[in-house]
Amino acid sequence: METAQQLDKPALGTNDAARDKAINEQATMTQDTPYPDQTVGKPFVDDPKMRLRDVEVFYDDNQAIHGVSLDIGKNEVVSLIGPSGCGKSTFLRCLNRMNDTIDICKVKGSLHLESQDLYDPKLDVVELRARVGMVFQKPNPFPKSIYDNVAYGPRIHGLANKKYDLDEIVETSLRKAGLWEEVKDRLHAPGTGLSGGQQQRLCIARTIAVSPEVVLMDEPCSALDPIATAKIEELISELSESYTIAIVTHSMQQAARVSHRTAYFHLGRLVEMNDTETVFTKPEHDLTEAYITGRFG
Amino acid sequence: MSETTEKVRKTLARRYRAEKRFKAFGIGSIGIGLMALVLLFTDIIGKGHSAFVEYEIQLPITFDAEVLDVSDPRDEDELNYGNYQGVIRDALAERFPTVEGRQDTRALNQLVSTGAGYALRDMLREEPTLLGETRTLWLLADDDVDLFLKANEEQREDSRLNEKQQAWVAELETSGETRMVFNQSLFSYGDSREPEQAGILGAILGSLFTMIVTLVLSFPVGVAAAVYLEEFAPKNKFTDFIEVNINNLAAVPSIIFGLLGLAVIIGLFGLPRSVPLVGGIVLTLMTLPTVIISSRAAIKAVPPSIRQAAMGLGASKMQVVLHHVLPLALPGMLTGAIIGMAQALGETAPLLMIGMVAFIVDLPAGPLDAATVLPVQIYLWADSPEQSFESLASAAIMVLLAFLITMNTLAVILRKRLERRW
Repeated sequence: METAQQLDKPALGTNDAARDKAINEQATMTQDTPYPDQTVGKPFVDDPKMRLRDVEVFYDDNQAIHGVSLDIGKNEVVSLIGPSGCGKSTFLRCLNRMNDTIDICKVKGSLHLESQDLYDPKLDVVELRARVGMVFQKPNPFPKSIYDNVAYGPRIHGLANKKYDLDEIVETSLRKAGLWEEVKDRLHAPGTGLSGGQQQRLCIARTIAVSPEVVLMDEPCSALDPIATAKIEELISELSESYTIAIVTHSMQQAARVSHRTAYFHLGRLVEMNDTETVFTKPEHDLTEAYITGRFG
Repeated sequence: MSETTEKVRKTLARRYRAEKRFKAFGIGSIGIGLMALVLLFTDIIGKGHSAFVEYEIQLPITFDAEVLDVSDPRDEDELNYGNYQGVIRDALAERFPTVEGRQDTRALNQLVSTGAGYALRDMLREEPTLLGETRTLWLLADDDVDLFLKANEEQREDSRLNEKQQAWVAELETSGETRMVFNQSLFSYGDSREPEQAGILGAILGSLFTMIVTLVLSFPVGVAAAVYLEEFAPKNKFTDFIEVNINNLAAVPSIIFGLLGLAVIIGLFGLPRSVPLVGGIVLTLMTLPTVIISSRAAIKAVPPSIRQAAMGLGASKMQVVLHHVLPLALPGMLTGAIIGMAQALGETAPLLMIGMVAFIVDLPAGPLDAATVLPVQIYLWADSPEQSFESLASAAIMVLLAFLITMNTLAVILRKRLERRW
C-alpha cells in the first residue's frame, strides 16, 4: 500500500520523462534492492540520553517499524525525516509510550531513557511522560486560560505547592517559549484565542513547564505559516541548550536548520543516520540521496 | 456557442426545475408540520382555557351554632363534623323563598358545590368569632352550573341543569350574584370526583417526585456507563454486544418496562404500588439508553487532540477523563439527560402497570406516598363521564406541554451556553 502511495506521488516540478525515471528507480529500489540490514552512517553516540535498539512496531499483523536502532545524545536535536508513512511518527510515539493508547499497537525491542527501560512493566507511564514531553502536529491547547494551560502539568504532578511557585513556573515556561511578552497581560484569556503559531508555542510552554528531559516534536510546524515556523525553529535551537529534542519533520530545510543529527526513515526502516551536514551534503545511501534531492517523497 | 455550453444550458433548466421542486416539497412538509401544531394547540387551548376560571355564587351565610351543631369552633372534632351543608341550604332557601317541595329543594341545593362546605369550615377555623354571625360570601358553584354559565345561548339548551335550575341560575346571573374567578383549586388540590374541586397539584407533585428519582438514578448511572464504555472498556466482542443491546433497549416499548417494574420491583423487592419511587425506577430503565447514547456521542465529540495533549503531559487516564473529557462533554450529556427526562415526563404506559393510575385525592408529600403523574391524570380525566373533566384534561395537557417546552428550551439554552469551540 505504501509503495502504491508513493508511486502516485512523484516529486513535484519534474517533467514527464524525469518523473517516469524516478518512478522506475523507486520501483526498482523498493522491489529489487533489498534494504540494508545495517543502517549506514553513525546512528550511535557515546553516552546517549536515549538508547534505542531493534525497535519493532506492529499494528495487528502489520509491521510498521523494522528493527530500528539509534541513539539520541544529550542536549542534541535529532530530526527524523522520510516520506509519508515511513514510520517516523510511529517511532517518535514509542519514545514516551503514546502508542499505548492504540489497542492494536505492539512495540518490541529495547528502549532506554538513560538507565530506565521504557517498556518495563513496572514503570509508571505517567512518570515517563513527565520526563519525556511531547508537542503535537496540530496546536492543541486545552480550552482553558493561557495560565491554566501552562499550569496544568505542574498541577497534576504536584510540582508547585504555592500559588507563587506556580506563577513562577508559568512565567519561566512562557518566557522560554518566547510567548511571555505577547501574553503577559492576558494570562487568563482562553488559550484557544491565540493565533496558530502562538498556540503552538503555548503548547511548547505547557510541555516544558513540567521540566522534561526530552521533548518530542511531531511535525510541530506543519500547520503554521513561515513566520511562525521561523519563530518555532529559533525556539528549538534555544531549547536544545537545556533539553534533548527529537523532531519529526517533512521539511528538509527545517531538519537542516535545527538539528544536529538527522535520521532518514524509509518504509519502516532506518536507512541512514549521521550528522545533519553529512546527510544533506554527502548521503551514503542511494535512497537518502533520492529523497533529499527531491526525486521522491 | 460551443456544443458543451448548449448541452449544459439544456440540463441547467432541468436542474433548476428539480431544485425548485425540492424546495417546494420542503416548504410543503414544514407547512404540514406547522399546521398540525397549530391545530393541536388551538384545539387544546380552545377546550382547556375555560378550565382556568370557575364561577362562584354569592350567598348570605349565617353561621348558626344550632344548625352547624358546633358549640366551640376551637374544637377540631366538632368543627370537622359541623353541618355546613345545612347553613348553605338555609341560605339558598332564604334566597329563593318560593321554592317548595322535596325535589325542587334538592335541585336548588345542587347549585352549590359540595366543596363549599369545606371552605366554610376553614373560614370558621380561621375566625372562630364568625359563629352566630351572618356574612355575604362567594361560594364555589357546582360544575354543571359552572358549565351553564360558561356556555353560550345555544349550548345552554344542552345543559344538564333542569329548567327550574336554569331559571334560578339565570336569575342569579342577571342580578350579579355570580362571578368568574381564577380557578385556584386547579393548582392547589389533588384529584376529586367533583370536577370543580379537582386539581392537578397532586399530579404535578407526583410527576416532580418521579422525575427527581429518575434524574438522580439515570444521570449518574448513564454517564458512568457511557464514560466506561467510551474511555476504559476494551474494544471486543463483549463490549460490542453490550453496545448493541443498549441500542436495542432504547427501542423496547415502554409498557414492557412497566411490566418489568411490576414483576421485579413490586413483586420481587416488595416496594409499594403507586408510588413515585417505583415510577422513577421504571422510567430510569426507560431513560437510561437515551442518556447513555447521548453521553457517548458527547464524549466521542471531544477531539482526540485534547486527550493526547493531556496524556502527553503525563495525566493519568482518570485525570484525562475528569479534567478534560467530562467538562467538554457535559453540555451534550445534560442535553441528552433533559431530553430523556422530557420523554419520561410524558410517559403513561409503564406507570399504568405499576398502579400509578389510582384515584388519589391526597397530595403526595414524598416519593413514597401514593401518587399519580400528569399524563396519567390526563388519561384519567379524559376517561371520566362528566363533561367538565374534558376541559380539565385539556388544561392539564396545557400545563404538561408548558413543562415539556420549558425543559426542551432549557436543553437548547444549555447547549448554546456551555458549548465550547476548539
